[in-house]
Amino acid sequence: MGETITWLTSSEQWSGDDGIPARLIEHIWYSALGVVVAFLIAFPVGLLIGHTGRGSLAANSMSNFWRALPTLGVVILVFRIEPLSIWPVLVALVVIAIPPILLNTEVGIRAIDPGIRDAARGMGMTGWQALWRVEVPLATPLILAGLRSATGQVIATATIAAFVGLGGLGRFIIDGYSVRDIGEISGGAVVVAVLALTVEGVFALLQRSLGPKEGRRQRRVSGPAVQPEEVHA
Amino acid sequence: MNWGWLDRNLDTVLEDLQEHIEIALIALALGCIIAFPIGLIAYRWRVTYGPLLAITQILYTVPSLALFVLLINAVGIGQTPVIIGLTIYSLVILVRNLVEGLRAVPPDVIDAATAMGFRQTRRLFAIELPIALPAVIAGLRLACVSNISLVSVGALIGTGGLGQLFIHGFQIDNPIEIWTGIVVTILLALVLDLLIVFGGRLLTPWTRAVR
Repeated sequence: MGETITWLTSSEQWSGDDGIPARLIEHIWYSALGVVVAFLIAFPVGLLIGHTGRGSLAANSMSNFWRALPTLGVVILVFRIEPLSIWPVLVALVVIAIPPILLNTEVGIRAIDPGIRDAARGMGMTGWQALWRVEVPLATPLILAGLRSATGQVIATATIAAFVGLGGLGRFIIDGYSVRDIGEISGGAVVVAVLALTVEGVFALLQRSLGPKEGRRQRRVSGPAVQPEEVHA
Repeated sequence: MNWGWLDRNLDTVLEDLQEHIEIALIALALGCIIAFPIGLIAYRWRVTYGPLLAITQILYTVPSLALFVLLINAVGIGQTPVIIGLTIYSLVILVRNLVEGLRAVPPDVIDAATAMGFRQTRRLFAIELPIALPAVIAGLRLACVSNISLVSVGALIGTGGLGQLFIHGFQIDNPIEIWTGIVVTILLALVLDLLIVFGGRLLTPWTRAVR
């Protein structure tokens, strides 16, 4: 505990290319890139599966298999093809972020009351309009829950970047381990945990502000409460 | 691909596999043993659920590598830090699923049981827990898959079951070793997941009748 505080409060940790601020920015950069790329892949696929109702079983069984993929193994495999680049880390982060985003999007869309979908069509909306103006807004709470759990996993996993020589907060953990500096390791872990909790908090606020408004609560039409998929990294 | 490697090193692969299974399952079992009383406390005294969930969530945000390394400092090297680390992660998943499962028991069912003369403890074991079982099994599956994929991270601190294959394969540049590690990990996860699913079906025959 004492070593952690000493490490965290010493001024050399707070400046320079290998200080906490620089490593934090790198860490956020890898994580944001991973989540955005995963979203660009998983969101449309989730919409398609949820909207058409086809492939839901396949998506669910795939994601089970997908979750068992060891991140470290993925990083190493990609490193052999594209060493000394951001690719090994990016691929691993995208891989872990896809299942929660995809499954939550799919369930969010699929769980919408068919009556609402019919009403949208009955009002003359095309399939696209119904999807964008009715289904996606209704599924937003679940989609956000998926993004939230994906982001949490990505932030924890991005520490692995240090293993293939990149930066990020994992540097403190790996470098600290190699010189047995407990203060540095636990200091690094604390910074990662604080980052993850801050991002969780931001998502919680977003979910609250985008969630159903007070007066509409009784007429809430989103699907059943589904727990976001979560796997740690 | 150097297929001969696999043939010559089958014993190493099997040893790593055995270690992998041991670590993942011991952590899962410990997780269950600890999660059960915690889950019941959180269910019975609702005020405790919020703080308990917050503590477990915070523990969950600590990256596995950092947790393992910190635990080495507390308990020494070997399998122990990895097992404790994975027990903590399983705990988070299991407690949450147990409590959510118990809370989802319809109040009518509880009232009916009470009216039939079930006292609190018997009602819990005879009525509420069986109804919560599908949620508990879902938690077990998630914790099991998560443990299996996380054991490999332990390879960075010298105890990683099949993860040792990718680290070693990486160091000596032997792709077949890396692939073996990944493929066997996934197969192991699938097999254990199926076992839990089948075990769960045997324990909850009524869920099939409903379908």
